[in-house]
Amino acid sequence: MSSDFADLVDLSEGIVQRAAFTDPAVFAAEQERIFARAWMFLGHESQIPEPEDFFTSRMGTESVILARDRDGQIHALLNSCTHRGMKVCRHDHGKAKVFTCPYHGWSFSNDGRLAGVPGALVGVPHFDKAYRGELKREDWGLSRAPRIENYKGSIWASWDPDAPDFLDYLGDMRLYLDYALDARDGTPGASRVVAGVQKWRVNCNWKFAPENFIGDMYHDISHRSVDMVGIGPNGGQGRRANFRPRIAIGFPGRGHGLLGELPTTEPEEWNNAWALHPEVDEWYRAAHEKRLADLAGRPRVAMSVGTIFPNMSFHGRQPRTILVAHPISPTTTEIWRWCLEDVAAPQNVRDAAREYFLRYSGPGGMTESDDMENWAYATAASQGPIARRRPYNYHMGMGHARPAPGLSDAVECGEITEENARIFHGRWADFMRGQPWPIRLSHAAE
Amino acid sequence: MPPSEAALAALLLRAEIEEWLLAEADLLDARRYRDWLALLHPEVRVAMPIARNLAPALLAREERTRAGQDVMWVDEGFRTLEQRVRQLETGIHWAEEPASRVTRLISGVRILEAAPDRVLAGCRFILHRNRLEDETDLLIGRRRDTLLRAGEGWLLHRREVLLDQSVLHAKNLTTFL
Ligand code: FES
Ligand SMILES: [Fe+2]
Repeated sequence: MSSDFADLVDLSEGIVQRAAFTDPAVFAAEQERIFARAWMFLGHESQIPEPEDFFTSRMGTESVILARDRDGQIHALLNSCTHRGMKVCRHDHGKAKVFTCPYHGWSFSNDGRLAGVPGALVGVPHFDKAYRGELKREDWGLSRAPRIENYKGSIWASWDPDAPDFLDYLGDMRLYLDYALDARDGTPGASRVVAGVQKWRVNCNWKFAPENFIGDMYHDISHRSVDMVGIGPNGGQGRRANFRPRIAIGFPGRGHGLLGELPTTEPEEWNNAWALHPEVDEWYRAAHEKRLADLAGRPRVAMSVGTIFPNMSFHGRQPRTILVAHPISPTTTEIWRWCLEDVAAPQNVRDAAREYFLRYSGPGGMTESDDMENWAYATAASQGPIARRRPYNYHMGMGHARPAPGLSDAVECGEITEENARIFHGRWADFMRGQPWPIRLSHAAE
Repeated sequence: MPPSEAALAALLLRAEIEEWLLAEADLLDARRYRDWLALLHPEVRVAMPIARNLAPALLAREERTRAGQDVMWVDEGFRTLEQRVRQLETGIHWAEEPASRVTRLISGVRILEAAPDRVLAGCRFILHRNRLEDETDLLIGRRRDTLLRAGEGWLLHRREVLLDQSVLHAKNLTTFL
């Protein structure tokens, strides 16, 4: 194992060594090389609508405060006092002009206007008497993510000043993120998150989650029990009934991917996905028809699940959600789930969507609860010295990816494939080598 | 002085409701889910809000997410509860196959409101779940249950579960609380 760990991934053989999922040294390196550099999702602006609102999020293993200042600007501040490291904020959300450390009382402004820079150290007890006025307060503000982006209400940040612009990082994955963030009738970004974030600990490596959501139709069999019950809001058997055929679409070099449809201009009948709730179904039908009419024949996409490298995944169809898999240890992950809804949706539409979300997703979800069992015991059984002699197998569909028509720097590889998982791990290797930038699009040919 | 009629009636009601809650826990621990469903009112709602860490100014109003409004751990009625039972019955719901061992400890039962056909009971619970070799969850909290009289017995109409965790320290929630 070389020190950059990139050789744990061998795309020409279609294998990934288990150490990538279990080794503490790999995990430690991931924190520096991936989570201190990549763009990561922190939250949605609807969680902090007013000046001085904050929401406490995470970037990798670290707590980060997403704070809106007096002027409405959003900043990402590391939640660790520069004096002895105490968390300056132990609240999940709230309102604050300053964050005052409980330990020795240093206080930090969230406001760039008041203090010069957001996170600046503005209050030090005994500054005159004990520090004799000699402390250079301007050097001891909270660490602040140098890159932050509000994309249609979704807030992203990176600790790497040299990271490419967020839109370049996304590439044409943006079209699919739009599908999740736009209102059902296509109004750009007209969504918000429902109050409350599910957060739960799973004894698995964090990569199981993004790899699952990047386009793993193969694991559908693990959800047979819920399919037999049929929890979909169409009242039919399958939770995914009535969808048009989906394929795996991936973005080599960027590490993103999804299950969904290529850009199309074909007409599409509404599929009565909410037939169990006729009035709700009517609302969706009207939204669907308005979206198509407004597009006036321009291409559109649709998607079910996808992952934006490294650890943000989302569902673009109901139940519409955002997931982040936060690394805690090589074998522990804290998963956060947000639920998205249209700002303009009436109460009955919101109720039906939220209830579907709760019976589908999260630890209590009848679909997702089975994923957790698989990720946890896959992690557990991959750690032994004998188990680790065999790499994970990613052979499915190798060499069969084709350029995806209508998209830049994208490939498609049919419905059931491990192409997107290979794309994810290829990108992982770029980061572990310390060479994520510029984005290497030559991957597309590999 | 002998106890008053009213005090005796309150004692008997508490004993009756406590017995109901313990018998319900017994059915669930024994995985007799169909029998358990028979204890539910057709309009039953089970709600388990998410607890949050908040400053004193927000705590009273926002400590827990709201049923019927917000994201919850659980917020559902009979239809979904019955679907969960059917999923368990498939034998291929991997989160519960092999079956977990679950014991529910119910204590501190109190009658908070009583009307002839309706009671609101408070209790405390410990749910211990152990599965496979070494996986153990300990879910502890309080519950408020509304029961409606149905003939000789009672049916569960509302259940609110207040869990003492903000981050759930269990990989899934595939047991009934
Ligand atoms: S640790 Fe924050 S003031 Fe000392
Ligand atoms: Fe799944």
